[in-house]
Amino acid sequence: MIKSSVDPFIRTVFLPLFLTMVCGFAHADSRIVATGGASNIEGSAGGGVVPWAVINGYGSSDEWAVTGMATGVFVDDFTLKVIGASVSYDNRVELSFARQRLKLDSLGGDLQQDIIGLKYKVAGELLYTTMPQISVGVQYKDVDDFSLPSAVGARDDSGVDYYVAATKVFFDALWGRNVLVNGTVRATKANQGGLLGFGSERNNRYRYMKEASVAVLLTDNLAVGMDYREKPDELDFAGEDDWQDFFIGWFVNKNLSVVLAYADLGSIAGFDDQKGWYLSIEGAL
Amino acid sequence: MTCVLKRRVWPLVSAILLLSLLSACASQPATVYEGLGGEPGLAAVVDNLLERMAKDEQIVRHFQDTDIALFREGLTEHLCDVADGPCEYGGEDMKATHRGLNITQADFDRLVQLLIYAMQEEGIPIAVRNDLLKRLAPMYGDVVYQ
Repeated sequence: MIKSSVDPFIRTVFLPLFLTMVCGFAHADSRIVATGGASNIEGSAGGGVVPWAVINGYGSSDEWAVTGMATGVFVDDFTLKVIGASVSYDNRVELSFARQRLKLDSLGGDLQQDIIGLKYKVAGELLYTTMPQISVGVQYKDVDDFSLPSAVGARDDSGVDYYVAATKVFFDALWGRNVLVNGTVRATKANQGGLLGFGSERNNRYRYMKEASVAVLLTDNLAVGMDYREKPDELDFAGEDDWQDFFIGWFVNKNLSVVLAYADLGSIAGFDDQKGWYLSIEGAL
Repeated sequence: MTCVLKRRVWPLVSAILLLSLLSACASQPATVYEGLGGEPGLAAVVDNLLERMAKDEQIVRHFQDTDIALFREGLTEHLCDVADGPCEYGGEDMKATHRGLNITQADFDRLVQLLIYAMQEEGIPIAVRNDLLKRLAPMYGDVVYQ
């Protein structure tokens, strides 16, 4: 199983990077630092657990950007490790891949989910327009091992999330600092973001979930803030809570950023009060 | 579910309220112009910016036929006006001055970046920099793709 899945993944993640280098296309970084956000756990540009309207990397009009990321979330009974990559063009469209591996520290074993994301900016400019930057996105999610999701009452091992996100930076909004505000609405059937499958035995309809982030840029390179993500609670044998995290993002330069967060993920697969640290590193070209 | 939702939304709501309260109380220097260091401070920022623009391939191509001395004068006067300094910008409006120049979003982003670098190097405090950017950002629509 693992052997057969490694190759396609390496291809999907590293092929864009490889092509970037070989073709030497006009990647550039005209946008100012931190405006690409971080990579969320699903591989989309955003906060820790929320996709934002921003496009990954620092490419502006007619420019390419490429990112790679690695994230770990370490809560009481689970460890989530994510690696991912994205390619974006024209500060308009973003294609992303993420592979999540959830280690069941207390139950034993692990399960894996692949996520392919596509995001398209439809209106507004993050920094310049009165209207927030607005993007629409899809995330196709596929879980490799359906035994745990099925045991807790999930219906499918794959699904698609659709979202609309609005993000705006308010200059000089707090102590002379810039403040970023994001609101996202997601249509989803995913249980625990998809790691516990999609839909339930009783219910296979989409739920509309509200997500939000606020961040203050204390310096040009340092942001503190929080994410909040409402979640469905559809499974018969595993309650699910909303997610919340408080983060510090250090945008070292336009090539490297690090996010440290403390996350409260609530109940997961029958284990209550899952809290712990979140660490993410992103490289951008 | 609803109960859990409410409990968890509260910190976010109170954080936003706190942010807006603090924002209202935050004190500012008298004018952005003073924050920039008055006439000599603004001149230093403008000169630093012009040097950066001259070295930047992407930006400099738009200035092939520009009288730099005249541009420097107009830019200084405009920034002084925007920063509530003792000047009144008498030049053409932004839409007119950029017509036909094919300024792209990347050009605009790049210029904002160079202005930030220039202000950082001249030691302008972050609150003053952000205040100036807040005043310049809305010009985006009149500058790009005209």
